[in-house]
Formats: sequence, structure tokens, C-alpha cells
Amino acid sequence: MIASSAKVGIIAGVLIVFGVAVAAYKVVGLDLPLWPGESREVWTVETKVSFKPADGPVEVDLALPSGLGGWVTLEEHFASSGFGFSVFEEGDGRVARWSRQSLEYPTTLYFKQQVYRARLASLPDLPVELPDPPLLEADQQAAMERFVADLRDRSSGPATMTALMIQELRRPQPGQDAEFLLGTYRDTPLRVMFDVLAYAGVAAYPVRGIALQDGRRRQTLSTLLQVYDGSDWEVFDPETGQAGLPDDFFVWRQGNGAALRVLGGRDSRLEFALVRNSLSAKTVVSMEERSGEFALLDFSIYALPVEQQGIFKGILLLPVAAFVVVMMRVLVGIKTSGTFMPVLIALAFLQTTLWVGLAIFLVLVSVGLWIRSWLSHLNLLLVARVSAVVIVVVLLMAALSLISYKLGVDQALTVTFFPTIILSWTIERMSILWEEEGGREVMMQGGGSLLVAVLAYLTMSVPLVEHLTFNFPELLVSLLGVILLVGKYTGYRLFELYRFRDMANMK
Amino acid sequence: MIKLVKPSVLRELGILGMNRRNLTFIGANNPRRNYQIVDNKLLTKKAALERNIVVPELYGVIEHQFQVNHIMEMLEGRDAFVIKPVQGSGGKGILVITSRDGDHFIKSSGGVIDARDLRRHTSNILAGLHSLGGRNDAAMIEALIDFNPALAEYSYEGVPDIRVIVFRGVPVMAMMRCATHASDGKANLHQGAVGVGLDIAEGFSIAAVQHGSLVTHHPDTGACFKSLSLPDWDAILDLAASCAEMTGLGYLGADIVLDRQRGPMLLELNARPGLAIQVANQEGLIHRLGIATEIARTAEDHDARIREAKLRFHRPQAVLQQ
Repeated sequence: MIASSAKVGIIAGVLIVFGVAVAAYKVVGLDLPLWPGESREVWTVETKVSFKPADGPVEVDLALPSGLGGWVTLEEHFASSGFGFSVFEEGDGRVARWSRQSLEYPTTLYFKQQVYRARLASLPDLPVELPDPPLLEADQQAAMERFVADLRDRSSGPATMTALMIQELRRPQPGQDAEFLLGTYRDTPLRVMFDVLAYAGVAAYPVRGIALQDGRRRQTLSTLLQVYDGSDWEVFDPETGQAGLPDDFFVWRQGNGAALRVLGGRDSRLEFALVRNSLSAKTVVSMEERSGEFALLDFSIYALPVEQQGIFKGILLLPVAAFVVVMMRVLVGIKTSGTFMPVLIALAFLQTTLWVGLAIFLVLVSVGLWIRSWLSHLNLLLVARVSAVVIVVVLLMAALSLISYKLGVDQALTVTFFPTIILSWTIERMSILWEEEGGREVMMQGGGSLLVAVLAYLTMSVPLVEHLTFNFPELLVSLLGVILLVGKYTGYRLFELYRFRDMANMK
Repeated sequence: MIKLVKPSVLRELGILGMNRRNLTFIGANNPRRNYQIVDNKLLTKKAALERNIVVPELYGVIEHQFQVNHIMEMLEGRDAFVIKPVQGSGGKGILVITSRDGDHFIKSSGGVIDARDLRRHTSNILAGLHSLGGRNDAAMIEALIDFNPALAEYSYEGVPDIRVIVFRGVPVMAMMRCATHASDGKANLHQGAVGVGLDIAEGFSIAAVQHGSLVTHHPDTGACFKSLSLPDWDAILDLAASCAEMTGLGYLGADIVLDRQRGPMLLELNARPGLAIQVANQEGLIHRLGIATEIARTAEDHDARIREAKLRFHRPQAVLQQ
């Protein structure tokens, strides 16, 4: 007995010390920030060019971003197996070219870069070239003329006119002329905007870039309008009409000219996977200086492809949730239905946010219980009955999504993050528990599971916790050590102090 | 404000907590491979019969779904019986039929069910609804215990059973569990059954507890627990201690019932007996477990262990008598 607890103690001690030591080295030696606050946002942008080959040689040109708007590239990495590859200067920017004599299968090319915005710079000026007026049909011409005249009347200069134009074209019910133009163009509203500006004699260019969103897998290029107002260039968001370059917009390319050219291929697509990391300002600088010789970072989560990084962000939080469950069950003595169901619920909460998640969970389980009680009259075999509950739960989820969408509550759409099968089993178990031990026990166990789930959720959503698990995964080794120690805890549970409360006076 | 007791007080009283029970007593004394004989009630029965330990008569076993349709043929001529999962835990899934009226069966609680309900209950058992880990299971049908009328007044709508904790072959602590209306005829303390602590030496009552507080009378039958003294006490202790030898488990709970004709009878065994017995006895287990370790080391055989236990664990002054 003593030998075994001593062994566990030693192992746990070694694990804890190891994890803390590696983390300490990374903090002191490599300057990784211990707190999420003192950090800089570094975005990992993974570009995916996918296309289907046609006959003959293939040539893919991708215009590379050239550090506009204060964005700095820390690291670039191209994947080009089987392709000839080169990067060359063209005009004012760099172009990456993949080439190959022939290709048989649909292919995806990868280009990964780490970027951060060093300073909030505005975009450089472009030569002011008055655009050629667009070629239009006679009726379009007339509508265009009236539309532009109306805009001119109501604005003081090109900038206000652009904002007004975006507003008019984006209204749910646009004016007659605007609606006619949008209708006859058979193209995006963006095309209409450029033509309206050209018709009004305003110099304008597109600014292409990526709206940065953490965890996005299939983001596409979006476009902003850059307009010359007589003395300065100003940027507008063609969706909202907002002026100025948004902070979370990674500028890829300024001016006309395609970002992607594919010769000898078809159905080409340009997509981006995005992940945000926090690195200290110092680390960012040193990474800039000596990218490539950062041995420990090469073996960190950062070395993984971006999509996996995004998944790992979630997985690395799991041990923390498991830790909460262990503490609650061993030290406090809360009853939960199913050992790790609370963890799964907590993961769902991370996606749905707490209150929405709780509401969805309660609705699903209570309606599920109600339907399950009806199913019990049908005298079905267990597996069939649970499957029936699964289907009912899925239908409920669909109904909930639809209703909430119609009501304009977007958040309830995240209902799909709930683990369906687990939920169905929970409903089944709880209904049996109800029949055998009564509603009180159901409330106790269900309430216990929810309480632990909420605690796990609250722990996981602390920014420091996310930051530490992602940047210092070695701390999980320490956590493992602590869990081993808890596994040898023979003291009383908090709940037992309540359970045996009367024993003291009765002696 | 929720009233809590200090851990130091519990430690002084020698109250055994869940964590300590799991690690120090179950984990260290119960080899995993010996669990099967306890968790599987058919194996328990078989092993008990080999050692001449009295168990309720087995009427039949249903292992496959198709057999469920023939359950009525199996029950031909049986008026009172119990259907339970072979690998159930915590008394889950036990259906007690006390009498029968053609195709209608009367449950111990007085409820009436028909053959369809019986079949549904049986297929639920087969699908593993009441079993540990939800694995597939079998259902067994056995004789209803014709329990000793001397104890009838202490239980409402259910069979009173006697739980004896045996540590390394030494009976350590015992209680009788009396079903009440609140516990729906089940002998589960957390559902409201009354637990009556029993003196190891003579089998008389020490204290009676319902929902954690002391009582003196049965809430439904009004019987006074003070006068309770179990018949056949030596046979009960002997049976409990034999179970420890039979299973090879160091820490064991034996559930025993008193049958009118056949005397003490083993109902089932439990490798993870609960902690409520301490409340029923108004005494902590840890101290007695320490003494039992000593007895197990010095006593040479089965009878000596029981003799020593009766000597060391005798409670001259019962709480009820004060």
C-alpha cells in the first residue's frame, strides 16, 4: 500500500516538475508570454488553391500579398510536391508559380504564412486614372443616369457619394433605378458599384483581402472599394458602407488584376483556413529574425497544419474539463449521469455560449423525456427505442434551428454541436431512473451533470486557460501528475461532510 | 446555511468515506478477477450451492430474446416469483411478483401487470438496461422468499434483508434494511428504507435510521425496533463469513434473508457495499476494520474468526435502549 502510494507520488512529482520546467524554460528562455494579455495577434493563414486539370500543361500563378496596410509576413511555406515551383517579381508584387507538364487528378496546392499587423498603416495611393464609362444598354444608361444624378444631388463629394451609393444598393428594398440596375446586371452588386463610380467619373480600385475570423476553414477573398475623393484615397466596405480599412482585414492585393490565374485547369478555387495565436511582441520579433532556427517552436503545436491547429485548440482543453470532473466527483462528490457526459455538454456550451446552450439542453432533454415516456407504451426493444430517441432528438434539433432562424435568433443554430447520441442515451437513462427511483433522483443526477458541465465550461472559457494549454501543452503533463495524486486521495468528500453531519452529536 | 461536519470529527469517529473505501479497502483487498462471481448472480448461486450455502430456488434463466415469448410457459404453475437481471447492480431491475390471477400478476407494491409488461421488463433486462456498463445480460427467475413471519411487522410491502459487511473473513458490521412505503417496497436506504444497526455478538438492534435521522418505530407498521432481535443469528454470521471464503474477496457485503422454512438464505453479494451501514449502527467502520485485520491475522479458522468478532464487536449499550 505505502509502496504504491509512494510510487504514485514520485511519478506525479516527476510529471509535475517536468511540465512546469519545460513551460518555465519557454517563458524565460524563449520569451513566450505567460499571460494572454502581453501578446500580439499572429494569424496563420493557410491558402488552398484547388482545381481540376484540363488537358495539357498546368500553370498556376498566385499573386502574393505584399505587406499592405502594415501587415508583416513572419514565415512563408509552400507545398509543391510534384510541381515546378518559383517565386518571381511582377509589377509591384511577387507571384508564386506552380507548373507541371500534365496532371490527371484534381489537385490542391498549399501556401501557409504567419502574418501580423505591425502597425495600423493606411493603403498606399494609386495613380488617379479616370475610368472609362461602362458600356450599357439604352435603358440601363437611362437608369444609371438618373441614379448617379440622384446620388450627386444628395452628396457633397465622391466619398459621401460612395457611402450613399453602397447604402442605396444594399437596402432591402432598393429604389427603382437601383433595383433595375441590380436586376439587369446579372453580376454581383460589386460590379454595379464599380460601374456607377466609373459612370460618375470617380477613380476607384478594388482591394482584395481576407476577413480574419479565428477557426475559419473555408474563408474566401472579399473585396473593399478604394475611392479617390479629389485629394485622398479612402476605403469603403461594400457590404456596410463603413469607411476606413477594418482592423481584421488582411490585405492581399490592391488594384485590378486577379489574385489567382490557372492555365490548363478549371473550377479553380481559392480558400483560406485561419487560426489566431497569441505570441509576445518579443517572440514575434525574434521569430522574424531567426525563423527556422526555433527548434522548440518547430516541435510545438504551431508546426501543425492550420486546420489541425484549430482542432487542437479544442482538444487541448479537454484535459482541463476532465480535471474539473475528477475534482467534482472525488473531492466534492457530485453525482453525474455518465462519467464524462458533463465534458461533452461543456464542449457544446463552448460553441453555443452558456445561456443558449443551457436553454437548448433543457428543451431537448425535457421534450425528449416526454416523447420517451410515450415510446415506453409501445413496448420496444432497448436498442430500437434508443435509436428512436436519437431520431426524435435530431428532428427536435432541426425544428429548434428552424424556429430560431425564423425568429431571428442565430445562436440556437449552433444546436448541432450537441452530441446527439450521448444526449439520447442520457434521455433513456434518465427516463429509466425516473421510473425506478423517482423524479428527485433524476433532478439530482441531471442537475449534478449540468452543474459540473457549467463549471467545466467556465474553466475552459477562461482566456488564460486556453492560452496556457495551447502555448504550453507540456503543462498538461503537470495536470496529469495532479490527477494521479487526486486518484490516491483517501480523505472525505465534501458531500460526506454533509451526509454524516448528524453522526457527531449522536455519539 | 448548510450544516457541515469537520473532517477531523469524522476522522476521530472512524467514519469511512467513499474515496477511502474504494482505494484502501476495495482496491487493495478485492482482486478484479474475483468480481465476476459477485456481479453475476448465476455464478454466485452456483458457487453457493457447491458450498451448501442456502440460496433461493432458481426457476429458470432467459438468455435470448426469442425465449421471452415463452416466458409464460416457464411460469406455468408459479404464483410468486422474482425476475432479476443476472448482472444487475444496486437492486435495479428487480421485479417481485407476490401472487397471480390468471394472466395478471400482482407486484409487491400491489400494482397489477399483465404478461406484456412481464415480457417488456424481461427484454429490457436482456438488452442490458439495468446492468453495469449497459452490456447484454440475461434474466433469471427465482422463487419468492417466504420470509420469516417474526420479521413481518418490520417491513412494509417488501422483504427485510440483512446486510453483513465481511472484511477478510471477519463479520464486521451488520444491519437490517426494512422497506417502507416511501421506499416503494425496496430495501434501499437512500430511497427511504429504514436501516437498523445490529449487534454483531447477539443480533439485537442498536439503532434505527430513516433518511439519516434516528427513529424508534417503523413509519408504516408502527413496530418498535427496540424489541427487534434476529433469530438464527449465529447461522447468519456463519453464512456471511462463508461467502467471503467462497468469493475470495477481502471486503464484501452479503445480503441475507430469513426464510420461514429454510432459515438464513443468501440473496446476493456486493463487492462495493455502501456506507450507510455506519449511520444505521451509529458507529464508524474504520476502527472495526482495524480490529478485523488483527483478528484475520491471529485467528486460525472460520469459527475462530466469528468467535473473536462476536467478542470484540459486542455493543453492550445500544442507542435504542438508552
